[in-house]
Amino acid sequence: MKVLVAVKRVIDYNVKVRVKSDHSDVDLNNVKMAVNPFCEIAIEEAVRMKEAGTAEEVVAVSIGPKVCQEQLRTALALGADRAILVETDDELQPLTIAKLLKAVYDKEEPALVILGKQSIDADNNQTGQMFAALAGLPQGTGASKVTIDGDKVNVTREVDGGLQTVSLKAPAVVTTDLRLNEPRYASLPNIMKAKKKQLDVMSPADLGVEVKQTFKTLKVEPPPERQGGIKVETVDELVDKLKNEAKVI
Amino acid sequence: MSILVVAEHDNSKLNQVTLHVIAAAKEMGGDVDVLVAGKDCGAVAEAAAKADAVAKVRCADADCYRHQLAENMAPLIAELGKDYQHVLGAHSTSGKNVMPRVAALLDVAMISDIIAVESDDTFKRPIYAGNAIATVQSTDGIKVVTVRHTAFDAVAAEGGSASVEAVDAAHDAKISEFVDEELVKLDRPELSAAKVVVSGGRGMGSGENFKILDGIADKLGAAMGASRAAVDAGYVPNDMQVGQTGKIVAPELYIAIGISGAIQHLAGMKDSKVIVAINKDEDAPIFQVADYGLVADLFKAVPELEEKLNEVL
Repeated sequence: MKVLVAVKRVIDYNVKVRVKSDHSDVDLNNVKMAVNPFCEIAIEEAVRMKEAGTAEEVVAVSIGPKVCQEQLRTALALGADRAILVETDDELQPLTIAKLLKAVYDKEEPALVILGKQSIDADNNQTGQMFAALAGLPQGTGASKVTIDGDKVNVTREVDGGLQTVSLKAPAVVTTDLRLNEPRYASLPNIMKAKKKQLDVMSPADLGVEVKQTFKTLKVEPPPERQGGIKVETVDELVDKLKNEAKVI
Repeated sequence: MSILVVAEHDNSKLNQVTLHVIAAAKEMGGDVDVLVAGKDCGAVAEAAAKADAVAKVRCADADCYRHQLAENMAPLIAELGKDYQHVLGAHSTSGKNVMPRVAALLDVAMISDIIAVESDDTFKRPIYAGNAIATVQSTDGIKVVTVRHTAFDAVAAEGGSASVEAVDAAHDAKISEFVDEELVKLDRPELSAAKVVVSGGRGMGSGENFKILDGIADKLGAAMGASRAAVDAGYVPNDMQVGQTGKIVAPELYIAIGISGAIQHLAGMKDSKVIVAINKDEDAPIFQVADYGLVADLFKAVPELEEKLNEVL
């Protein structure tokens, strides 16, 4: 079984996000970038499948500017066998990314495609589902457990209020939630080895996909600042304020 | 102008979040139709017809929609959606599962998790876990949108008298099957829908100690949450986590106990209406966002609070 894993380059999750003063976007200049945490979980899951013998090959794909090669090298250091970068400097929206992934999927014909459920920058939670729809594949989103049983992919999903298990006919799409696994760190020897692994670069035009935008971001603002309130001295005072001032109990 | 709202339900009851989504639809302007797709879901359609501001309920009752699998739901919603300018769902796990699939089938973008309607094509949505708010304008002919239900006040559940029309389109993709469901039996409300949330942090010291919060939560009818630090320390399960990588909540009252207030936690709860913090460290960042802060040892303050609540409520 071949597994395709999508990897997105995003701001490191420890970095405090600042909005640019002209309100055009958040400021990403000189900010540490990393593999989206949910994509790390996707890589880990694929690599574990390879280690368990259920997957023969793990291919990582990223879509974006040239610098995304850094994140693909990370994926290779974590255990992916080879990588593909669909390189473009244009603004990418989820539907276009889904179309590009579909084109890569058609070339690679993997039995399983694993993506993060969302990226921590745009927080859309769309790409995996859009790609599944375009490819006509079943999906298991927000996965906390994935098992392969012949041509069935059984996925336990985190849903509001509990867990739901679905059985998908391969080829299938899985998007990862936090509980699926705990990603490893890349070891130094593996980081060195990753530099020699195959990384192919192609353009959206090579894949026959037009990059277009059908929504635009008019402005980006910081959220309304929350003003701190007061300190109360006693529990009695607290309950009194909640009851008579805030009127929430 | 007309809008299709995809109802959320379990075949027997209409989920309250749908009333919030209808409210968002109302702000966009135009007739609001509600789609109820399920199996033996007539009661849900009836309930939706009674909701305020609904023009028509369209009910697709077929076995293939029993578990609302995305593979079967998306072609149905996309087919009906072609006749609307907006197709709306809740930004819940089921909305997130189905709606992007609908958008892709319609070859349009999707706008996720909106918190405000500026006009019929312009919406506000949080990005970077709420650390920035983007105003986005869609240029697609059909706008597929998911709505953060806590950002819109629900329309009235009673008072409307919409017609119910059967839709007999059965899309069975036969590529996925429902296996089973383990819904947590909640004695308490669900975290992301609760009006009151009581959360514990690392200051609780152990999982065992979380029990001391039970009394307050019971008294207030609150859901129980936790900070990532408490989850990482193994005190409580992951599904209780409030924060950037956990659940985003915006209750009327949020009580943070033994929580220092890391950015990642604040991102998940700072839109709460009233925030109370109890922490023994007076410099804890949680006090910068709390409406009412109490600097105290939680093991003394919590039992006292429970006792006091028992007196006044």
